[in-house]
Amino acid sequence: MYFDSLSEFINMGGQGLYVWSSFALSLLLMAFNILLPWLKLKATRKQLARQLRREVNQQGEQA
Amino acid sequence: MWKWLTTLYHRLASPKWFYQISGLWLPWFAVVSLLFIGAGLIWGLAYAPMDYQQGNSFRIIYVHVPAAFLAQSIYVMMALAGVVLLVWKIKMADVVAQSLAPVGASMTFIALVTGAIWGVPTWGTWWMWDARLTSMLILFFLYLGVIALREALKPQDTAAKACALMAIVGVINIPIIKYSVDWWYTLHQPATFTLTEKPAMPASMWVPLLLMVIGFYAFLGWSLLLRARAEVLRREHKSGWVKDLLQRK
Repeated sequence: MYFDSLSEFINMGGQGLYVWSSFALSLLLMAFNILLPWLKLKATRKQLARQLRREVNQQGEQA
Repeated sequence: MWKWLTTLYHRLASPKWFYQISGLWLPWFAVVSLLFIGAGLIWGLAYAPMDYQQGNSFRIIYVHVPAAFLAQSIYVMMALAGVVLLVWKIKMADVVAQSLAPVGASMTFIALVTGAIWGVPTWGTWWMWDARLTSMLILFFLYLGVIALREALKPQDTAAKACALMAIVGVINIPIIKYSVDWWYTLHQPATFTLTEKPAMPASMWVPLLLMVIGFYAFLGWSLLLRARAEVLRREHKSGWVKDLLQRK
């Protein structure tokens, strides 16, 4: 480890705010770019499956 | 090799094949991106030595540089996908272009904001109308423009063509970004890394950056495939293979 203590690591020689805010923002935005498409994919699958079931049921009733 | 590439290209044009193969690739992109970004973060934040001029704020390059790389290469990919759509009428190219835009905009935003944060202790200003900064801001607006254009236009085919055209025209901005630091040397320093030269910093500084760059590219694959898969299902929901897929579950 380059730093002597945890508090020095967090403080980063007085530049902690710049460093940590940059990393936090980047990781947060990247996490969103995984999480949101993943939820969308799941929701799309679910919605299309429901739609398909409805279609199949309707055809069944008509027959 | 060439034959393998052309086969891959033709297969990728098929939504069904794309959906199947992307399902296999997805976990690999996820694992590689988590491992490399994790290792790069720990190394870059805690183990890399501090820069003797900039102090610890130099560590911001570990997110700033990979984000800036991605911001530009994603745009080029989007423009290439536009060419493939317009010339060969391959619809999958538009799915890819559409899925690239949000992640490209995010990367440009990260590059801009982390650069501004780094500028405060280093340059004493968070913004200046420097050529590099301005051309990156234009890149951000180009991404937003492509996204807005797709929302605004109907039907889907028209929107696809318009977005492809806008992406292709906007690609002129990429060499401007690249050479801006050499043509107008005002604020932003020239490239720290090039493919051809040995980096002017110790390995303990550039290896974590390399890890981050690889991790960021894997992250791009991960994010892109997730978006593209949802979009393929949405567009192809009337075709037989999607119905089979949905009923199997």
